[in-house]
Amino acid sequence: MLQVTDAVVRYGAITALHGISFNVDQGEIVTLLGANGAGKTTTLRMLSGLHAPSSGSINFEGQDVTKTKAHDFTTLGISHVPEGRRIFPSMSVEENLEMGAFNRKGSFSDDMERMYVTFPILKDRRKQLGGNLSGGEQQMLAIARALMSQPRLLLLDEPSMGLAPMIVETIFRIIGEIRDSGTTVFVVEQNASTALHLADRGYVMENGRIVFGDTAQNLLHDERVRAVYLGESVEGA
Amino acid sequence: MKSILTHQLFRRFITAAAVLAVVAVMTGPAGSTEAPTAGFTGSFSERSSFFGFFETVRWVPFLFLALVFFGVWTLWLSRGAQIKSGVSQVMQVPRAATQRRPVRWGIGVVLLFVALILPHVINDPFWQAAMVEQIAVYVLLAIGLNVVVGFAGLLDLGFVAFYAIGAYVTAWVTGALPTPPLFGIHMDPFFAIPIAIVIVMVAGIVLGVPTLRLRGDYLAIVTLGFGEIITIFANNLYGITGGSQGTSLIPHFSLHIGPIKYVWGLAPVPYYYLTLVFVVIFLLAFSLLEHSRVGRAWTAIREDEVAAESVGINPLKYKVMAFAIGASTAGFAGVVTASQSNNIFPSSFSLAFSINILVLVIFGGMGSIFGVVLGALLIQTGSMYLLHSPPAGYQSSDLYIYLGALLVVMMIFRPAGLVPSRRRRREIVLSEAGEGHMNEVLTGDQP
Repeated sequence: MLQVTDAVVRYGAITALHGISFNVDQGEIVTLLGANGAGKTTTLRMLSGLHAPSSGSINFEGQDVTKTKAHDFTTLGISHVPEGRRIFPSMSVEENLEMGAFNRKGSFSDDMERMYVTFPILKDRRKQLGGNLSGGEQQMLAIARALMSQPRLLLLDEPSMGLAPMIVETIFRIIGEIRDSGTTVFVVEQNASTALHLADRGYVMENGRIVFGDTAQNLLHDERVRAVYLGESVEGA
Repeated sequence: MKSILTHQLFRRFITAAAVLAVVAVMTGPAGSTEAPTAGFTGSFSERSSFFGFFETVRWVPFLFLALVFFGVWTLWLSRGAQIKSGVSQVMQVPRAATQRRPVRWGIGVVLLFVALILPHVINDPFWQAAMVEQIAVYVLLAIGLNVVVGFAGLLDLGFVAFYAIGAYVTAWVTGALPTPPLFGIHMDPFFAIPIAIVIVMVAGIVLGVPTLRLRGDYLAIVTLGFGEIITIFANNLYGITGGSQGTSLIPHFSLHIGPIKYVWGLAPVPYYYLTLVFVVIFLLAFSLLEHSRVGRAWTAIREDEVAAESVGINPLKYKVMAFAIGASTAGFAGVVTASQSNNIFPSSFSLAFSINILVLVIFGGMGSIFGVVLGALLIQTGSMYLLHSPPAGYQSSDLYIYLGALLVVMMIFRPAGLVPSRRRRREIVLSEAGEGHMNEVLTGDQP
């Protein structure tokens, strides 16, 4: 579904991604793990068109999207939940969801109702301002808003950031439901354990390179991953 | 002793006295090259009347005012919250009423009626002229700049450029410039209206496409430069624009439809009605636009550009649109001014002019069409009043000191403006609480 080949991203003289390659298949949850500064967010910025790669290619459903601009991605079927949630603070929950359907033609009230079923808390808060929601509610709103464009691929940047463990659990459960309803999910996450328990496959990034990738099950039992990202001491590692 | 100096009341009194001392200097006599300090000494020692009661030196009434200010301030600190909640309770009913659509339309119709009969009530020729040149035209400019600054959140310091282009296009198509007019025909200024609006919108696009990738302060600096470039062109392209002397050959509007023949002359009232028609058209168009898909895209971009992009809004496209649409009113204002006064000079298109319009928008309430119109009416009427019957010691160049002071006071007590737009007020409250990534118009945004 999504195929990234040898993508290099530079910020001026600094190379942030040294030619990364990976793929996401239909119906999967794929997670990208890595420490701070490993290049996870840059990868996602690249995927959502906010920062074009200087070489390499990105292919989505057989179509080259390397040079596609960020705002054209929703019409292609890719939706991005940016880091830090970034909901529209002065708009109500309802208006935020409407903004998510900005490029859709025709009625989208069915989808709105579906969002309220998936995220019941948003229904209770539908008239409240986005800026007055709690962090967890904002994250749910950000995900719901992204889903309003009916994406086939959902990109999530650090959905657990700054949230209480119980809320993280809820959000990851919902991400699982989203996958089950047919939307492929690519999630960048620092919280490796939670992400790997949910995901089908994962990649590990270090210093702008993808060092290895495997099924989530294998990664959970991989010594290197356990030592570095799951915080378990492994003898001899 | 030390305890007195650090005492709250004492410090409050000193602050009040210092503020009034500044006011005394601002309203006092001017200095001169021979006596540079005369302005300061005169401000305090000159004789004046104590509110018409008795003759005294100036510092006495100002000390009295400082005491009053101190008293009001102290009272406000102890009772302010109570007064505020009381006022908001009393205001709840009218505020709720103005939210209703029919009430809004009703108010609009009443205001339009007042605007229609106004020139027949006010017979003073000074005010009749001011109503066109200084009030109606500025209302137009303010509602145009409001689209750029208020709706899209782009700080434009070069708005005068579009006004200048509108005026010069009028001069061009009516054959008042050294350049041969369009198609070689000397057209009526009426034809200049669509031509000027189109050219100004194209200018907005030409300026916007390369520069609107910038944000906050950077955009402000580039637009400021654009305003200056247009003035310098007008000044120096002698063979095209007539140079610093401009032109004084621009004809008045005239209407020839079949048997009807009407020429707008030197009298300002016909121009007033012509401008009023366009004010109403622009007001209706912009309030429809505000609640349209485009308006929502502007709000989204203003509040969080990254989020706007992630939901599929092309920020550049909508920002350029705001620029072009906002500029259209300036283009029309340029046509009216040029035709009414018959002449244009490059020196009238200064940075101070752009700033003046921006003050109207900020004072009235960025993003609130009604607020901006009210702000423009109040400030322009006020400054015209000062020009018409200046108080003792007032000089016309003092105006900007007062406008500056007004703006400072507004920013402290009512940062969202006189009649804030509901959304703007929410944004300010929320961003003070640390929510959102608003592309703040006045403070700029991190790149």
